[in-house]
Amino acid sequence: MATKVIMEALSPTMEEGQVTKWFKGEGDKVASGDTLAEVETDKAIMELVARGAGVLRKIVVPEGKTVDVGSLVAVIGSAEEDISSLIVAIASPPDVAPSNGDSAGDAAASTSATSTPPSTGDGARVKASPVAKRMASDRGIDLASIEGSGPGGRVIKRDVEGAAGAPAAVPDGAAGGFEDVPLTQIRKTIARRLGQSMGPIPHFFLTTEIDMERAAEARTALNALDDGPRISYNDIVLKVVAAALTQHRACNAWWQDDHIRYFNEVHLGVAVAVEDGLITPLVRNADLKTLRQIATEVRDLAGRAREKRLRPEEYTGGTFTVSNLGMFDIDQFTGVINPPEAGLLAVGSMVEKPVAEDGQIVVKKRMRVTMSCDHRVIDGATGAQFLQTVRRMLENPMAIVW
Amino acid sequence: MPILTYRDALTEALREEMERDPDVFLMGEEVAEYDGAYKVSRGLLDTFGDKRVVDTPITELGFAGLGVGAAMAGLRPIIEFMTFNFALLAIDQIVNNAAKISYMSGGQFRVPIVFRGPSGGALQLAGQHSQTFDSWYANVPGLKVVAPATPADAKGLLKTSIRDNNPVIFLEGEMLYNTKGEVPDGEHLVPLGKADVKREGSDVTIVCYAKSVAPALKAADTLQREAGISCEVIDIRTIRPLDTDTLIDSVRKTNRGVIVEEGWPYSGIGAQLVDTIQREAFDELDAPLLRVTGADVPMPYNKKLERAAKPNPQKVIDAVKQVTYTA
Repeated sequence: MATKVIMEALSPTMEEGQVTKWFKGEGDKVASGDTLAEVETDKAIMELVARGAGVLRKIVVPEGKTVDVGSLVAVIGSAEEDISSLIVAIASPPDVAPSNGDSAGDAAASTSATSTPPSTGDGARVKASPVAKRMASDRGIDLASIEGSGPGGRVIKRDVEGAAGAPAAVPDGAAGGFEDVPLTQIRKTIARRLGQSMGPIPHFFLTTEIDMERAAEARTALNALDDGPRISYNDIVLKVVAAALTQHRACNAWWQDDHIRYFNEVHLGVAVAVEDGLITPLVRNADLKTLRQIATEVRDLAGRAREKRLRPEEYTGGTFTVSNLGMFDIDQFTGVINPPEAGLLAVGSMVEKPVAEDGQIVVKKRMRVTMSCDHRVIDGATGAQFLQTVRRMLENPMAIVW
Repeated sequence: MPILTYRDALTEALREEMERDPDVFLMGEEVAEYDGAYKVSRGLLDTFGDKRVVDTPITELGFAGLGVGAAMAGLRPIIEFMTFNFALLAIDQIVNNAAKISYMSGGQFRVPIVFRGPSGGALQLAGQHSQTFDSWYANVPGLKVVAPATPADAKGLLKTSIRDNNPVIFLEGEMLYNTKGEVPDGEHLVPLGKADVKREGSDVTIVCYAKSVAPALKAADTLQREAGISCEVIDIRTIRPLDTDTLIDSVRKTNRGVIVEEGWPYSGIGAQLVDTIQREAFDELDAPLLRVTGADVPMPYNKKLERAAKPNPQKVIDAVKQVTYTA
């Protein structure tokens, strides 16, 4: 008698589990109680234990794959036993058409259809034909990114076929080096739960006050060198943020719903107020540019932004954003993340204020920065460490060239 | 291969089966002396005599019941209804006895009987003599329902039906008797429950049977020529049992379907096909399945209204354009 190995609920809140490792292979002898596999739940890595003895006949769920609780994971049986019915029952939908058999008796018996529960998708419903949905899913295309040409905007087969050539889900611009990392169970749980509390992006904020004395000295010295472009405090912040992001890739990322994209390049958005709103032109590869290059570029971009003469590729595809309201005498503020980016640094004004230092009250140039983090991507400590690097660099600008 | 009319193909099937098996006999109104109202039994009385080709009074319930009894006693009756309009009088025998005896006797009795005759809309015979009861019979567990579209299928399916050990409702197209086609000589058997792909295509599956096959093929031809739409035309041939596999395979390929049937729309054969297809191929569908049916009215006598009430190639073309989003 074959035993089905199913994905068990290994924690009270577990809805699905990822098989991370099989300890037994197909054909291995199994005793009841043996550890078959390692399963990553929403909370931890747990062991999946055999509930029957025999031979591990078939592994249905390979390593790395995630299935719902209750799904068939494997089959244990005796070596010769025919287990095909168990596997087939999973692989293909039940035959539900009552066929007229060779006797009236057969015909009188009816077969009832078994149904599988519909999957619960998140987000707004996109109207699409069933085959369009399947094709989009097979090809990894986000249905929401496709314009439907059917009645009422229904996405139909030809729309998916048309979209298949271009990776529609990835905006142009940040096509450079990156790594897509599948979501772990804990990351999924964080994403789901935090999204419910403050959505759609679960923001949290980290503020630090930075001593700007040495940055100010550096700026004065640089600007005294020649009559090249004037370096602003914001330019220095941009340079530092870009350098810090190369050390904290976890903050240089996009939330992509079913995975997180970590960038190896830094494309820094600079929030610029324009007449009827704001726009964030990009300093591309900011980590590779000199302070002088950044200064020149930002001036050009900001100027053209105000004239509404930016090209789309100049403001799409950023990996992190810096927003500065210091010139408006704002001490500190919290910025709203520019999705799919996962972080933003809000920069306040630099002010002279009394601070305690080595038991003395001294007057120092101080600046408050607040980082907004998408908690689905960045956790508190991750953001704090990044901010710590930013702060250290600004307090010791030599670190930029370190 | 000989070219025969649908009528002569049926006659050939009857003759061959009566020669093959002495238990097979034909009974109905005017089947003997008059060669059948539609001449399907022409010459059979001369060959087989009046014990095996039996004229009956105008008593549908009576001779249908006689047939069921004969089948229970071991013979293989073929009961001809002059048309299926008159079979309404015999429907108690068909539904309550023929279909159920095997089940209710625990298999002690078999009822190997064929009820056959012309069915479906005719020309200006008005509401009571021009109608389609396919879904009535297909609804009954215990009956098989067969409806051939071509002379070859008419022969092959009738021979198989006569040999079947269960009651078979064999619906002949009243308007098809004079159509011609190649018919294999001798032992030509078409299995029940096996559809026939009458035309291969890739964009839309058109499902049809019996008289709706011709307008479906004509529409497919026009659509290919004028709109570049490639239609796969599937003749289900037997309404029950249904060849689900062929339908689903085709819909998997085309992602769209149009069903053409002569009968009324409500609870029609197409409704059953839609149910089956959407259930078994839901993820393959790119558009709702559409049906082209007879109008939901008693068949008008007026010639123009009658034409408007029946499926035709233009209606099929319109439906295909709708499911391919090219309307």
